[in-house]
Amino acid sequence: MSNQPLPVVEYLKIPENGNPYLEGYKCGACGATYLGQRSVCSKCGARDQMSAINLPNEGTLYSYCIVHRSFPGVEVPYVSAIVDLADGTAIKGNLINIEPDPEVISFGMPVEVVFDDALGRKDKEGNSYLSYFFQPKND
Amino acid sequence: MNDAYIVGVDMIKFGRFPEKTVPEIGAESALLALDDCGLTIQDMQALYCGNLGQASAMVGQRLLQQIGQTGIPVVNVSNACATGATAFREAWASVKAGLYDCVLAVGVEQMGKGLLGGSGGATGISKEGLLGSGTMPAVFAEAGMEHTNLYGTTFEQFAKVSVKNHHHSTMNPKAMYQIETPLDTVMNSEMISYPNTKLMCSVNVDGSAAAVICSEEKAKELGLMKRAVKVRASVLTSDPWQERDLVMPDVNSCTRKASAEAYEMAGLGPDEIDLVELHDCFATAEILHYENLGLCEKGEAGKLIDDGEVELGGRIPVNVSGGLLSKGHPLGATGIANIYEVTTHLRGEAGQRQVEGARIGMTHVIGLGSACGIHILEKT
Repeated sequence: MSNQPLPVVEYLKIPENGNPYLEGYKCGACGATYLGQRSVCSKCGARDQMSAINLPNEGTLYSYCIVHRSFPGVEVPYVSAIVDLADGTAIKGNLINIEPDPEVISFGMPVEVVFDDALGRKDKEGNSYLSYFFQPKND
Repeated sequence: MNDAYIVGVDMIKFGRFPEKTVPEIGAESALLALDDCGLTIQDMQALYCGNLGQASAMVGQRLLQQIGQTGIPVVNVSNACATGATAFREAWASVKAGLYDCVLAVGVEQMGKGLLGGSGGATGISKEGLLGSGTMPAVFAEAGMEHTNLYGTTFEQFAKVSVKNHHHSTMNPKAMYQIETPLDTVMNSEMISYPNTKLMCSVNVDGSAAAVICSEEKAKELGLMKRAVKVRASVLTSDPWQERDLVMPDVNSCTRKASAEAYEMAGLGPDEIDLVELHDCFATAEILHYENLGLCEKGEAGKLIDDGEVELGGRIPVNVSGGLLSKGHPLGATGIANIYEVTTHLRGEAGQRQVEGARIGMTHVIGLGSACGIHILEKT
């Protein structure tokens, strides 16, 4: 078992020193960005043109739904959100610290990426995980 | 190239048949389709069998073990919810290519109850409800809310799709349900993933559908042209690259690509289509496909449902079978069941729900991940 939390997905990076961040891969030929490591661009087909980038920690809400029925053990309701990060990379996750109510949630609202424990979930070995979430960004 | 015709087609009444095996359920519609054209399994030169749940279990061969082991080639097909349409298209292609002149396509599925989708993963922890939701009602709710973001489509407009399709199903004895669901009933049923309530989610059912496809020459030789329906277009696409692909399974661009290709192949436009059976796996999805299939302009889908243009008797009736929302959605069977529906209208045999004077119809399915299958059929 690890003493440190593990990243919930491969593209969440936890440096030895410094803050966690999301890592994308950007195609040097066409500029398309992806979550996570890859070697070929599925937009233009270029090979070995990918380089790692740090994804921005802010973006805007593109789409969402409010989940009221999920699998056993999953706390509902919650907001499942599609966010366009500031560099255009799209990412999905939970939108937290907002009422799960369509009257309150607005398209295009600014959100920020925050990192926190993965809702207490642990794997079979008892490891804890660090996850990412979105929350409204108040300027 | 040979023209290909549907000469026999049928489906079983959708329902729940836990006591039957998948091949048994498939065999029922295969026999019905053969009876529909008066042919036998000995007349079939190949079988294209679509099934998802037992994709590695030789369903087509086991089906022939039920109804006649003639030694013909069997191709088992799996392509998510486009499975049935893909099996039909493979059968069509074999006739078009001149490889065979009389073949059978079957789609069959036995479903469990409950939510489909959701991210599991062999290692680590479950991501469901942690990194958003991967359940199908949520994924299609997000696709619908994208339309809301772009065009202001409302919860009520999405709900009206379900009211319409449930109403249509009251006239379809082969649908799972024949129950009217008024707007307030739909909107007040259990919220699954806003804006999709329970009555705005397709019904998990067991079912099968089958079609016999012949070349023109063979259909004429067999004296089957009278009720034959011509396949004017058969198109299959995958999802072309889109900027939000990795987080939003794309049902739009593959449908737009497929419909453009289908209209081109058929040499006609959307204004010549008399009825459409499209993939209403969720009420939100149907709204998107009005535009994707060119039934209205971009951003006009909400108005289309408000104005009643897609109801039976309207300008372009959509899902007069009851659709996946009420007829039911046995994944691998759906793509052939909608071909059965359109064919039945083109033959003028749809009874109470008949689209009067129907001459050309379109079928559409989406397999998330994504695959889009479209067929345009014409009365002969």
